[in-house]
Amino acid sequence: MAADSAHASQKSQDEETRRDFLYLVATAMGAVGAGAFAWPLVNSMNPSADVLALASTEVDLTPIEVGQSLTVVWRGKPVFIRHRTEAEITEAAGVSLDELPDQEADSDRVVKPEWLIVGGNCTHLGCVPLGQKTGDEKGEFGGWFCPCHGSHYDTSGRIRKGPAPENLPVPPVEFLDDNTIKIG
Amino acid sequence: MKKFVLTAAAAAVTLSLGLGTAHAAEAIKAPSKSWSFSGVFGTYDQAQLQRGYQVYKEVCSSCHGMDLIAFRNLADLGYNEDELKALAAEYEVTDGPDDDGEMFDRTARLSDYFPSPFPNAKAAAASNGGAIPPDLSLVAKARVGGPDYLYALLTGYEEDVSADVLQSIYETETHKREVQYAADLEAYSVKKAKYDEAVKTDSSLKEPKMPEDPGPVESVEDLGLPDTSSFNAYFPGYGIAMAAPLADESVEYSDGTPATLSNHAADVSAFMMWAAEPSMDQRKQMGIKVILFLLVFTGILYAAKRKCWSDVH
Amino acid sequence: MSEHLKTNNAVIKWIDHRLPVFSMMNETMIDYPAPKNLNYWWNFGSLAGLALVVMIVTGIVLAMQYTAHVDYAFNSVERIMRDVNGGWLVRYIHMNMASFFFIAVFIHMFRGLYYGSYKAPREILWMLGVVILLLMMATAFMGYVLPWGQMSFWGATVITNLFSAFPLIGESIVTWLWGGFSVDNPTLNRFFALHYLLPFVIVGVVAVHLWALHRFGSNNPLGIEAKGPQDKIPFHPYYTVKDAFGVGVFLLAFSGFLFFAPNFMGHPDNYIPANPLVTPAHIVPEWYFLPFYAILRSIPDKLMGVLAMFASIGILFILPWLDRSPVRSAKFRPVYKWFFWLFFANCLLLGWVGQEAAEGLPLLLGRLATAYYFIHFLVILPLLGVMERPKPLPVSISEPVLKGGGALAGAAAKPMEKA
Repeated sequence: MAADSAHASQKSQDEETRRDFLYLVATAMGAVGAGAFAWPLVNSMNPSADVLALASTEVDLTPIEVGQSLTVVWRGKPVFIRHRTEAEITEAAGVSLDELPDQEADSDRVVKPEWLIVGGNCTHLGCVPLGQKTGDEKGEFGGWFCPCHGSHYDTSGRIRKGPAPENLPVPPVEFLDDNTIKIG
Repeated sequence: MKKFVLTAAAAAVTLSLGLGTAHAAEAIKAPSKSWSFSGVFGTYDQAQLQRGYQVYKEVCSSCHGMDLIAFRNLADLGYNEDELKALAAEYEVTDGPDDDGEMFDRTARLSDYFPSPFPNAKAAAASNGGAIPPDLSLVAKARVGGPDYLYALLTGYEEDVSADVLQSIYETETHKREVQYAADLEAYSVKKAKYDEAVKTDSSLKEPKMPEDPGPVESVEDLGLPDTSSFNAYFPGYGIAMAAPLADESVEYSDGTPATLSNHAADVSAFMMWAAEPSMDQRKQMGIKVILFLLVFTGILYAAKRKCWSDVH
Repeated sequence: MSEHLKTNNAVIKWIDHRLPVFSMMNETMIDYPAPKNLNYWWNFGSLAGLALVVMIVTGIVLAMQYTAHVDYAFNSVERIMRDVNGGWLVRYIHMNMASFFFIAVFIHMFRGLYYGSYKAPREILWMLGVVILLLMMATAFMGYVLPWGQMSFWGATVITNLFSAFPLIGESIVTWLWGGFSVDNPTLNRFFALHYLLPFVIVGVVAVHLWALHRFGSNNPLGIEAKGPQDKIPFHPYYTVKDAFGVGVFLLAFSGFLFFAPNFMGHPDNYIPANPLVTPAHIVPEWYFLPFYAILRSIPDKLMGVLAMFASIGILFILPWLDRSPVRSAKFRPVYKWFFWLFFANCLLLGWVGQEAAEGLPLLLGRLATAYYFIHFLVILPLLGVMERPKPLPVSISEPVLKGGGALAGAAAKPMEKA
C-alpha cells in the first residue's frame, strides 16, 4: 500500500515536472516570438533606404572667395565651408593643444588648409552658431559664436570657451577635383 | 415582407428577360506560366531580371515610366556598386535650382529615380494619340493575373497568338453577337407592333429600324476594332493602343539567351514583377522561418494544453 | 478585493493596497471562474482581441511613415513598402490582419448566434458587440481609403454617396462628409484622423464588453448557467493555455496569407493611383463588406437599399427580443439548428453575390438571400420561439459528462473552491 502510494506520488510529480517544463518552453517561445514581432516595428523607425541613399552632397567651391563662407545642407543639417585666409590658417595651426578643451590639431581637421569644412550645429545643444555672414559676431576666437548659450569656436571650428563640450564635427569630405567636394 | 416577395418575383421576370443582355467585352484569361519565383520556395532569377531590365530600358522605357524605382534599387538584380553607377550615368536628370535659380541637367546618381519619358500626363497623352502609357512600377500587382497577364499580353498580338486562341475568341464573340441580335430583334418586334398600331392614326410616325444581322466573327477585322488600336487577345475589349512592342531579336542579350519574343516577354514580365514586389524573396524566406517556428510553438502549446486539461472532465 | 490576491511580493502588495490593479487582473484573467465545457469556438473572442492589439501597434508605426495628402499618400505607402526598414512586413501585417480580425469577429458572432449567447441576461453584452462591429466597419472602410488607390477613391465615393439617398438633407450630409464637392484632400485627412481615433474607441467598448461579460460569466455550449463550483474552472491556466494554442493556429493561418499571398484578399486596382476621372470596371468592397453590399444592391430603390443595409446590422440589436425561445443552445433546439445553418449559408451566398456584377442570376439570388436574411430574424426566430419543442436540458454542466466518464472523473477535476 505504502509503496503504491509513494509510486503514485512519484508519478504525479513527474507529471507536474513535465507540465511545468512545457509551460516554461511555451512561455520562452512566446517571449521570443513577441520580440521577433516587436523588432521590425522598432527598426522601422530607423533611417529608411531612401534617406540613407541621399546621404551625400556635392559642392562646387569656385564661387567662394578667400575669407568667405558658404553654408550647405547635408543630411538635413547645415555644414559650414570657410575659405580661410592665411591669417586664419596660421592662427588655427599656431594654437597649442594644451589650450584646447577638446584637443585636436588643425591639420587633422582639414584636407586642404584653405578649406575648413565642419558641421554647423553647436555641440552643446544643436543651435546654429553665428559667423558665416560677414557682419556676424564671430566670437572671441574669430571662428563662430553660438548665441544660444555662448560657446566660442576658433578658426578651426574648435571649442574654446563656453558650455559646448566638443569641437564642431568634421564630416567625411572627399575632393573630387580641385574645386569640387563631396560631403558624405 | 410583401415587398420582398414582389421584388423577388420581379427579379425572376427580369432575369428571364435579362439573361440575353451581352456582358461587357472581357478578354480571355491569361494562362498561368511557371516562373522562377512561383510557389513557396520560388525566388527571382537575377540573370532574368537583368535581361528584363535591358528589355525595359531599350524598348519599354521610351513610353513607360517606372517612377518608383531608383537606380540604387537595381542592386537587387545583382549589379555591384560600380556597375550601378555606370548604369545611372547613362541617364540625365533635372536638378536644381542652382545658385542662379535655374534648373539644370546632370548625370543621374544612385539615389535618383528612373526619369519619366514624358514631362507630365498631358504630354504623354498628346504623344500617344490620347492613351497614357501606364507607369510600370506596380503594373504586375495592378492587373489581375500579374506577370502571367503581362506575358500573355506581350505575346498576345495577332501575329503571335495561336490559332486556337483566335478561334475561341471568334466563337465567344460570335455567340455574344447572336445573343445580342436575338434580343434586338425581340425589342424590334415589340416596337414594330406598337408602331403598326399607332401609324394607323398618326402617319407622321417614324418606322422603327430593323436590326441588322451582325454576322459571325471569323477574323480580327470582324471584331471592328478602331484603326488606332491593335488586336490583342488578352487585353479587355481586344483593342490595345500599344502596337506590338516586342518581336524576336528586339534586344540583343549578352548572356547567350536566345533573343526570342517569348524570352523578351518573360524576362520583362519578371522584371516588372520584381519592380512591383522587390521584397518577395525576403518575404518568402522569412515566411518559411516564421511558419516553422509557429509549428513548433503551436505543437508545444497543444501539448501543454493537453497536459493542463488532463484532469478536467 | 486584495485578500484574494495570493502573493508574497511586498511591492505588489503595497501597490495593490492603494490601486487594486493586480487584484483586478487576478479576478478578470487568473482566478476568473469560467465554465469548464467551453469548446474551441470560444477562442475567437480572445483572437479578435489579439487582432485589435496587432492592428493598433502596426497602425501606429505605419502612421509614422504615412502622409495623408492626395499628392503623397499613394507614394508614401509605396515608400513604406520599398524603403522603410521592414515596412513591407508591417504594412502587409496591417492589411491582412484587418481581414483576420473580421474572420475572428464573424466566427465569434456566429458562435453567439448558435449557442444563444445574446439571450438574457447577456443582451447588453451582445449589443456592445454589435457596436464594436459597427466601429470596426467604419474603421476598416476609412483605412482602406488611405492608400489612395483606385479602389480607395471609388470605394469612398460610392459609400459616402449612400448618404445622399436620404431625402432633403442627403446632399448636405455628403458635402459635409467630403468637406468639398468630391472625395478629395479634406476627405482623406479626416478619414486618417478618424481611422487613428476609432480603434481606441473600440478598445473602450471592448473594455465595457468584457465588463458586461464578467457580470454573469461566459455562456457555454450547453447554454445553461453553471450551477456551482463543480461546473467551473479558473481561467488560468486552463483557458490561458487553450487560448494560447488557438493563437498559434490562428497565426499559422495568418502567416500563410501574410508571407505567401499577401495581396490575395486585396484588389489589384488599388495598386493604381486614384484617378477621379476613371472608374474601375468593377467596384468591389473588401470581402468582409460583401454580404452587406449585396443587400444594398438587391433593393432597386436607392433609399430603401441604404436603409436595408443599415437594417441588416441594426436588426442584430433587437435580436435578443426577436428570439423568444427560453433555450439558448442550438444543441437543444432541433429546428433552430437547421435554420441556423441555413442562415449561415445564406450569409455566404450574400457574400458571393456581393462580388458579382449586379445582373442576371446573382441579382436574383441576392434578392432572395436578402429577403431570407430578414425573414430569418423577423419571422422564423419569433415563430420558433413559440412552435419549437426543445430537447430536455441537462441538470448541470457536470451532469452530461458524468454520465459517460463515471463519477470519479468528475471528482478528479479541480473544481472552483471559491466560485
